[in-house]
Amino acid sequence: MQTGNHKLLQVKDLKVYFPINLSVLGKGKKLFIKAVDGVSFDLETGETLGLVGESGCGKSTTARGVLQLYRPTSGQVFFQGKDLCLEKGDALRRMRQSMQMIFQDPYASLDPRMTVKEIIGEPMKVHRVPEKKKERLERVLELMQLVGLNPTDVHRYPHEFSGGQRQRIGVARSLAVRPEFIVCDEPVSALDVSIQAQVINLLEELREKFNLTYLFISHDLSVVKHISHRVAVMYLGIMVELAEKNELFSKPLHPYTQALLSSIPVPDPVFETRRTSIALEGEIPSPIFPPPGCRFHPRCRRKENICSESIPAWKEVAPGHFTACHLV
Amino acid sequence: METTQNMKRPILDVEGLDVKFYLRDGTLNAVRDISFALFPGESLGVVGESGCGKSVTFLSVMRLIPVPPGKIQAATLRFDGTDILKLSEKEMQRIRGNRISMVFQDPMTSLNPVLTIGKQMREVIKLHMKLKDTALEDRCIELLSKVGISEPQMRLRSYPHQLSGGLRQRVMIAIALSCNPTILLADEPTTALDVTIQDQILRLIKSLARDLGAATVLITHNFGAVAGTTDRIMVMYAGKIVETATTPELFKNPLHPYTKGLLKSIPRVDKETQEKLFSIAGAPPDLMRELVKGCAFIARCPIRDDSCYHHLPPFSEKKQGHYVSCWKVF
Amino acid sequence: MESNLQEKIIDPVSMRVEGIITPPKRHHWLLDLFIQLVKTKPLGAFGGLLVLGMVLLAILAPVISPFDPDTMHGEKIVAPPSRTFYLGTDALARDLFSRIAYGARVSMTVGLGAVGLSTILSTIIGILSGYFGGRFDTIMQRFVDAIMSFPWLVIMLTIMAILGPGQVNVILALALAGFAGASRVVRSAVLAIKEMDYVMAARAVGCRNTTILIRHILPNVAAPIIVLATLGLGNAILAEASLSFLGFGVPPPASSWGRMLSGDGLNYMLKGPWLAIFPGLAISAGVFGFNMLGDALRDLLDPKLTGGMRLRR
Repeated sequence: MQTGNHKLLQVKDLKVYFPINLSVLGKGKKLFIKAVDGVSFDLETGETLGLVGESGCGKSTTARGVLQLYRPTSGQVFFQGKDLCLEKGDALRRMRQSMQMIFQDPYASLDPRMTVKEIIGEPMKVHRVPEKKKERLERVLELMQLVGLNPTDVHRYPHEFSGGQRQRIGVARSLAVRPEFIVCDEPVSALDVSIQAQVINLLEELREKFNLTYLFISHDLSVVKHISHRVAVMYLGIMVELAEKNELFSKPLHPYTQALLSSIPVPDPVFETRRTSIALEGEIPSPIFPPPGCRFHPRCRRKENICSESIPAWKEVAPGHFTACHLV
Repeated sequence: METTQNMKRPILDVEGLDVKFYLRDGTLNAVRDISFALFPGESLGVVGESGCGKSVTFLSVMRLIPVPPGKIQAATLRFDGTDILKLSEKEMQRIRGNRISMVFQDPMTSLNPVLTIGKQMREVIKLHMKLKDTALEDRCIELLSKVGISEPQMRLRSYPHQLSGGLRQRVMIAIALSCNPTILLADEPTTALDVTIQDQILRLIKSLARDLGAATVLITHNFGAVAGTTDRIMVMYAGKIVETATTPELFKNPLHPYTKGLLKSIPRVDKETQEKLFSIAGAPPDLMRELVKGCAFIARCPIRDDSCYHHLPPFSEKKQGHYVSCWKVF
Repeated sequence: MESNLQEKIIDPVSMRVEGIITPPKRHHWLLDLFIQLVKTKPLGAFGGLLVLGMVLLAILAPVISPFDPDTMHGEKIVAPPSRTFYLGTDALARDLFSRIAYGARVSMTVGLGAVGLSTILSTIIGILSGYFGGRFDTIMQRFVDAIMSFPWLVIMLTIMAILGPGQVNVILALALAGFAGASRVVRSAVLAIKEMDYVMAARAVGCRNTTILIRHILPNVAAPIIVLATLGLGNAILAEASLSFLGFGVPPPASSWGRMLSGDGLNYMLKGPWLAIFPGLAISAGVFGFNMLGDALRDLLDPKLTGGMRLRR
């Protein structure tokens, strides 16, 4: 990993709340879905941070908050020396050249009425990089080859491609204006197993080639383990653990991480029959009313009194290994 | 998990099943002349990627395929000795939900959002078993408890949107098992659920089916899901069965190049990270186009040769209980 | 999939384009739509024919009419169809055939004008309301609610009463009565599209809101707008006929079918039934044609396929 200790991205106490309107005229109690409730992490150049968690944990919202696709309620996101949360309008738009996103659904993330040329060319057109139309077409063709698509298909429409190919189009689009940082939001979850490997390999090749930094979001821990350098686990809007990948998978500290890792199905019948997963009691609480103290305590098997009374601090328990739990 | 299938009579006997869809743009050959058997009480995993025909196969067994545009043909399609294709729709309705029941992938859409859970459960039980009032109520409560739902009386009065995905799926399983079916079909039952719930649901299905003595068919694309809960596995590709073996045998000794490739390309948490994932080149074929005469996997197969192109490989037993459809496996 | 690509392939080593890539010969999507229509929706195609007939009648009225529609032919009042007067004459001895032919002009002008204006209004409101949401949307929708709570006839009559008679006023009245409901349809289509990943992708790429609206939202909302416009034309003809019936439509001597039906048609129903039958048939044919065409288009441009993808086969 070519890092050189340069911090590309610094996220400090990011919060993304969505208001729920309970009344027509604005009176009455204002409630919020606290989708992301205080997340902090750094990313070094060339690194891939895997962000895992189950549905509703806020991982996608975090990524979109970082990219300012949802404007955060509070917090700071330092990128290229500026706080993105304070940038607006044209200045923010210009910064988007350096930060891009690959979406999950290959069927919904491409405008069905645009050709591949227009889709991949759109970022270039918006930022006028390269200036000339002919150069842009050349670059589109170059990108198509890079991601493994046949350049002669450049005038086709998305529905003429398979799911895996459409995802490649999405990857090509994200590379069009040479970004430094790419958010991959579940990029392979909607693909067939035999195609997933192809796209994962592609993402890794591109990472090496262009020294890209990825924020890789997935609920599939096997994929995350393969592609990431470090892994962060989220639950109900906060980060519960962050560590270097092998460290996290071999020595998970937070009870939620332990439960999560214990339930991953492995294609090995001997392993499977012996595996006992840690069952989580109860249901995921509502993000409007998170439990007091440690959010996870109602479902934790090892909870103690202090867990419902005070919020555990985010501590570095071992070198590079962070977690928020009273019992660690 | 013993399989004494050699001695028992199959509860589901399928031979030469062929399902086509006549669409405006062409004919879709979803299932192409497959044969297999399901034995009483066994747990069969059916694995394959999208478009391989795994769902269509079992929807055809339940005759839930719309005909037209679909067309189901089979030399033999017997459930417990009865010819499914010869039954009238009314007779078929007596089997569905009662003797063969199905759990679907998305618990959000398989439950009716405007009816309470209790109403939907009672509807199924009333249809097939002659229970009323308190007996009916008791049965519902009993079923909900069996699937691990706490406070069943309260849940009966809830609406689907008030329950989480995992709970809804448990309700679906309860409904599916309510009339003590002989076969339980589960079509991607955990794909839409979180991984911490997936495990619980799969084990639940396994234990409940075992208690009832019901045979289970677990249809999925996830090898991890079938590894721990099935006795036998059937791998499908492009409308055909390419390999069948007992679960331990399939994982230890996969023979078909597709199975091998697929197993190799799955990233593993239990192993050291490799540099690069193995991947099978190409993509699954479009079943609407003209299919090659031979093996449908040739476009992506690392060991193909001429005979593979011209002749469809037979589905034959290479080892005890281990069947493969490939010319190059001996 | 066949395509007549006339391009040079990129040299993979140098990765430079060695020629010009030209797009494959593709049918315009409208032509595709037309072909689909004829092949799969015969009723819609028939409706289309009727519409075409109306349009041609309107355009060619001066050419096919044997007489000027306003000329009175002496004493031949309420004459039955004959070889001179194909469809007979009305109470003022004017040739009915010519009047009906020119009546097509009135219907088409009023129809197209009203629908055109209504479409523009409803599209703008629907898109802005749906895309930007928030307070603007809430206020706008309350306006729309208010307008929709009045029966359209009442709205039209009120406007006509305020503005006075005249063809332009009729167009305005029809448009203002109809745009509200249409804007609702556009708005809900926009709401659905707004949530699609490709819209968020456009924002992630750095597009301005205006760009997104024009390049992404509008083309994908085109389908329901087209259907609304087609069905709206049928309604417009009917509405104009109703207004004329009540005496508020396009003023004489212009030959509006509705006026013909409500005037001479009503008065001479027993003595000269052709004065009611032919204008009535004309109105029915027009409305039927547009409705069938609109129905067929709605099916073909099925929103379930996210913006009519089916068209591009």
